[in-house]
Amino acid sequence: MTLRKISKDQPENFEFSKENLEEAKMVIEKYPKGKQQSAVMSLLYIAQKQNNNWIPLSAMKYIGKLLEMSYMKVYEVATFYSMYNLAPVGKYFVQVCTTTPCMIRGAYKIVEACKEKISENENELIQEKNSSWMEVECLGACINAPMMQINDSYYEDLDKEKALKILDQVISDKMPKVGSYRGRLNSEPENNRKTLLDIKNA
Amino acid sequence: MLKDEDRIFKNLYNDNGIDLISAKKRGDWTNTKDLIAKGKQWIIDEIKLSELRGRGGAGFPTGLKWSFAPKEVGSRPHYLVINADESEPGTCKDRDILRFEPHKLIEGCLIASYAVNAHVCYIYVRGEYYNEGQKLQSSINEAYENNLIGKNSCGTGWDFDIYIHYGAGAYICGEETALLESLEGKKGQPRLKPPFPALIGLYGCPTIINNVETIAIVPTILRRGGNWFSKIGRSKNTGTKIFCISGNVNYPCNVEEEMGISLKQLIETHAGGVVGGWDNLQAVIPGGSSMPLLPKKICDTITMDFDSLVAEKSGLGTAGIVVINKDQDIIKCMARIARFYKHESCGQCTPCREGSGWMWRMLERMAKGEASRDEFTMLMDVTKQIEGHTICAFGEGCSWPVQGLLKHFKKEIEERNNFNPPFKKERKIPYLVDQHLLDK
Repeated sequence: MTLRKISKDQPENFEFSKENLEEAKMVIEKYPKGKQQSAVMSLLYIAQKQNNNWIPLSAMKYIGKLLEMSYMKVYEVATFYSMYNLAPVGKYFVQVCTTTPCMIRGAYKIVEACKEKISENENELIQEKNSSWMEVECLGACINAPMMQINDSYYEDLDKEKALKILDQVISDKMPKVGSYRGRLNSEPENNRKTLLDIKNA
Repeated sequence: MLKDEDRIFKNLYNDNGIDLISAKKRGDWTNTKDLIAKGKQWIIDEIKLSELRGRGGAGFPTGLKWSFAPKEVGSRPHYLVINADESEPGTCKDRDILRFEPHKLIEGCLIASYAVNAHVCYIYVRGEYYNEGQKLQSSINEAYENNLIGKNSCGTGWDFDIYIHYGAGAYICGEETALLESLEGKKGQPRLKPPFPALIGLYGCPTIINNVETIAIVPTILRRGGNWFSKIGRSKNTGTKIFCISGNVNYPCNVEEEMGISLKQLIETHAGGVVGGWDNLQAVIPGGSSMPLLPKKICDTITMDFDSLVAEKSGLGTAGIVVINKDQDIIKCMARIARFYKHESCGQCTPCREGSGWMWRMLERMAKGEASRDEFTMLMDVTKQIEGHTICAFGEGCSWPVQGLLKHFKKEIEERNNFNPPFKKERKIPYLVDQHLLDK
């Protein structure tokens, strides 16, 4: 269980834009009639995307009305799941995995890089850098450890220098190249591949 | 070593594209219609014959699970749910299937849903795998366009729809009933079992939940026959498995190998050996973080399958192998895992919600050498109080790794934490007393 901090500055009103409302309606149709509550997680994502990567309380109220569920039920969901940001985060939201498989390959070096480049503290938004960072639990790319996630994309096989370069690009508002930073193909063993060689060489 | 022709996931490293044409070249969707024409019973019998056990961690026989679904559809529709909420530290196999072998998964979904009488399938993808989910969605669209799924899928007369549902970063949603709660738009807190989801699951309807890897290998098993599959590996532990080898190895990788391969061979051949040589090995977590770790002595001889790992009081789990060498502080490694569990506990059952935090704090103290001697037994007690006293298996998942550490690395802990307890006399302390008040 983790404590979730809710932003003190809340916008008064929230409404989906026209396109997002249509997207929301398409999401609701994925579920059987009368079970529209299932769409709450996707709708919270849509709200988060529309509102600079965080969800204000007014959006929860709005979604509650849209799905005919109580505000409290939406609030419960939004505070339970860790990927919903309840306070503003950077335009580039850096998440560093520090769980054991990443840790033993030097994930805390990446944390150091974030501290140097972005801010001393986690979840601290410095406006001119338009980015913030936080430590997260396993992101499911253990064989490409250490790694970090910036917005939706994974940056894999890092070390401190590479992380510093990536963060430099982020701070100057450029999206760095996605994927492995040691030039390996996805999850294959580098220089040591023993399987499926016919297919590789075909 | 397994022969290449017996490997199921031929595009594990994405050598030749994920689109439908390349997938068909690898054999996907070749005779799906004929397989389905053989009937539900044949499919379930063939899976039973193959002795396929679920690849999500618990190792439950898949054919048996499918046979639990009611034979006739009553007033409630049936559902198939695919668990792609892969969050176990050390595991990243499902990600590669979603990215590079989506058509195997989609075809498996069609066959499985036919076998269990479901017309709708939900794939629950973890929120962090957004890009992977998008790739899967484009493959699903491709399958719809080619009439492989949708109305009259593959010309079989079976109507079938697949929808993706994104999670939002909760490890506990990998537990099947928590996953269903999350799919229904609630907090992901596990349900009590029974009733089992096969009878009362999603929206109160019969639901079969399977892991991505389990479903993705089903079409190949049916095509090549259950007998082919059951000949690989050893009895009750058959077939191939994707192993994820991470941690202190020279070349961390995903590799598909036969069940029952020895751990040493797996690490030495595919992952290029332990950093600093095999003698530098300290411990291995064999099946994702919730399985107890194995010290080097056991690693020398152990084979990787469900039963032989259970015999060593560990488990195959998801086959996420985390190699830890002697350069690492083993207590710190486990303390970090305890922190993971403290973070991910859903908070429903008291033993787990409170105990996971206790374990983390005690292990952090032990890693720093600030724990007293009696805390060793106290920590063991805490793990025993959590295990078996919670609604879901998270309780076991968070206490087993700590038990593994206490069992195999007692000497290390005692060497570091060697001061005597503040009170000498052994006292009977009720567990619900706040432990920190007792120290003063």
